[in-house]
Amino acid sequence: MRFDSLYEKPVLFAIAAVVVISVGTLVTTFIPLFLPSTQPVSPLIKPYSAVETEGRDIYIREGCNNCHTQTVRPLRTEVARYGDYSRPEESAWDRPFLWGSRRTGPDLARAGGKYPDAWHYRHMANPQAMFDKSNMPPYPWLANAKLDTSLTARKVKTLGYGYDGAEVARQLAAFRQTVTAPTYPSAQVRSQVTPVGLRGEITELDALVAYLQKLGRDLKAAQKPVAVSATAEAAESKNPYAGNRAAEEEGEKIFKENCRSCHGEKGAGGVGPNLATTARKYGGSDGELFDSVAVGRPGGMPAFLPQLGKDRVWKAVAYIRHLEKERR
Amino acid sequence: MTNGARSDSIVRGFALSSVFWLLVGLVVGLWLAAEMIYPALNLAPWLAFGRLRVVHTNGLVFGFAIGGIFACSFHILEKLTRTPLVFPGLAKAQLWLFNIAIALAALSLFAGMNTSKEYAELEWPLDIVVVVLWVMFAVNVMGTLVKRREKQMYVSLWFLIACVVTVAVVYILNSLAIPVSLTKSYSAYAGVNDANVQWWYGHNAVASVLTFPILAMFYYFLPKSTGLPIYSHRLSIIAFWSLVFGYLWTGAHHLMLTPVPEWIQTVALAFSMFLIAPSWASVINGFYTMNGNWDKMKSNYLVKFFILGITFYGLQTIQGPTQAIRALSGFLHYTEYIPGHVHMGTMGWVTMIITASMYFSMAKISGREIHSVKLANVHFWLILVGQLLFTVTLWIAGIVQGAMWKATNPDGSLTYTFLDSVAAMYPYWTVRLVGGLLYFAGIAVFAYNLYMTSRPKPGTKSSAAAAAKAQAA
Repeated sequence: MRFDSLYEKPVLFAIAAVVVISVGTLVTTFIPLFLPSTQPVSPLIKPYSAVETEGRDIYIREGCNNCHTQTVRPLRTEVARYGDYSRPEESAWDRPFLWGSRRTGPDLARAGGKYPDAWHYRHMANPQAMFDKSNMPPYPWLANAKLDTSLTARKVKTLGYGYDGAEVARQLAAFRQTVTAPTYPSAQVRSQVTPVGLRGEITELDALVAYLQKLGRDLKAAQKPVAVSATAEAAESKNPYAGNRAAEEEGEKIFKENCRSCHGEKGAGGVGPNLATTARKYGGSDGELFDSVAVGRPGGMPAFLPQLGKDRVWKAVAYIRHLEKERR
Repeated sequence: MTNGARSDSIVRGFALSSVFWLLVGLVVGLWLAAEMIYPALNLAPWLAFGRLRVVHTNGLVFGFAIGGIFACSFHILEKLTRTPLVFPGLAKAQLWLFNIAIALAALSLFAGMNTSKEYAELEWPLDIVVVVLWVMFAVNVMGTLVKRREKQMYVSLWFLIACVVTVAVVYILNSLAIPVSLTKSYSAYAGVNDANVQWWYGHNAVASVLTFPILAMFYYFLPKSTGLPIYSHRLSIIAFWSLVFGYLWTGAHHLMLTPVPEWIQTVALAFSMFLIAPSWASVINGFYTMNGNWDKMKSNYLVKFFILGITFYGLQTIQGPTQAIRALSGFLHYTEYIPGHVHMGTMGWVTMIITASMYFSMAKISGREIHSVKLANVHFWLILVGQLLFTVTLWIAGIVQGAMWKATNPDGSLTYTFLDSVAAMYPYWTVRLVGGLLYFAGIAVFAYNLYMTSRPKPGTKSSAAAAAKAQAA
């Protein structure tokens, strides 16, 4: 063979190897660096705030990406489970990206705004207290550490988020005021998990929760509220399972798996309000209860229709009615 | 002391260091496997899953595999060039720096200093140390090749050169980052590009660390331990160039159905399919080498390591490309199926080949026979059964998990909550832990057996004397 001498010249061989590995590298990795499709920007997707930046670094430090993905694929069941599929521009500010490779825990790309802060404080401190089958590690120590903000201004500058050190200081002060105020909606749970000496400070857990609440929020805010045709019709209707004992029992099972972690045993209340009552903020008709469960309510009640479907939502409503009766 | 004798002690040093990091990495792995079942074991920040997982992967890829590659590469290099290492002093320094770097890597990852990019988690000061180490290695490899006394370079040396250049290119380009402090930096790339560069690296770290140099060992030690020449030189040439060419296109098969541009995903899928051919060319070369001599599987304790190893390589290189198919990726990606796949490659292919190569080369340089063939057989069966229990269980677990995630009711709603899919995993995770324990027992036997084999022969004062004697013989 003519090329036989190649196998006698190590330096030439090494050069040939570099050339051969460069072809695929050039086409699939280097050229794409400069294509618009790999670096789309959208005015709707905002950079992280100072606290969210620090929270993201705690997420990275603790290796959360080893068990949680942050990319919803365009698959029907995945969109039903997590929310709308991920867009390239959503990661525009992400250095590094945190899409992950394994879902030992659920995807978090749409975690922002799904639950109130109180849910996260309680969950990070002791996940098994909320979901006994969960294998999420408890992270109680995050609330015991004051957030180190000595590098925040430099980080924001390096990342090119477009605001300066003075703005960083302002944001940190404002955030501290918000989470330490008695009027903070999650104040009670926060003080349960935060040691006395740190209740007036920003903790690492505060920052992490702020970051989690940012995930996917810009996209959600930009989109029109999900069409609720299924519920518009339901609002008028009566629960087909009203008074049906078997359905109530099935509803109890659904409740235990999906609602108990926030609304407590037998709906007695917790992160979410007491359900064993007739005094309801969003109305107590069948249709209104259906709406609350199906499409959620502001302040942390997630939409369960995509996950549970109409039938099981009605069964959950039947169980909530049952709780009302038990209460009386 | 001759250069040859000095480099023998370096080879021994790398081999024993590598085995030490193997044991450390596996203990961490066992702890992780237990944490999957008992989350209460996340006792402290340093023992929490997210940090430990990174110690496990880095410890085994960079501590065990790279250490083993340094050991076996230097040995192969000297034998195939009939030339001692040109810079034994440099290699000695490399051995020290290697162990310091791995220890610092483990400590920094325990402390949570990590970039989050998989298999490239080390922060920038350690990245620089890694690059220095690699340059030291490359200088000795290329220097010895230039000075060699054997005219033709054998196929193992091609794979060694490919390893040297590919690791350098992918490691440096993926690790580019802007520091904000000594222990913290941000990737030079953002979002989609960061993902694309990372998995171009991630996949080619597998190619250039867990494939090319392991094939180099396979092509050298199989003929050495059997006395049979490799079946086809021409097949080796085709396998080599098409493998090295094809690998670099396939990174995005780790990113199927993500926001990475669809054409990059599709090109990656096509080249993943293409890679089956060169991968199997090596498998076929291995099998045909044994043609007519299959009785050696019984009579020669090393052969079964190499043949089972290359068989798992073959299975791995079929399974990998199938996982890239969009529909299957949609079903299997993010489930336990993928760790199952990875562990067949690492526990089956990589460990089988490296441990057997170490038995052969340690016996050679200490001038004695292996300490115990019986223990080597125990080691073989324990790691084989442990690995199969581990991987097959995870494949089944992954299919169950994928099916639960996709299951829907007639009205289109989801049948299972995410928590249901977690709860269903506990039995599988328990079996996986048992598989891991069996495998660990096998590796413990190996470590003992290798250590006993590596001791200088009784009656000689130093390894130098032993090596001199071996050379004289």
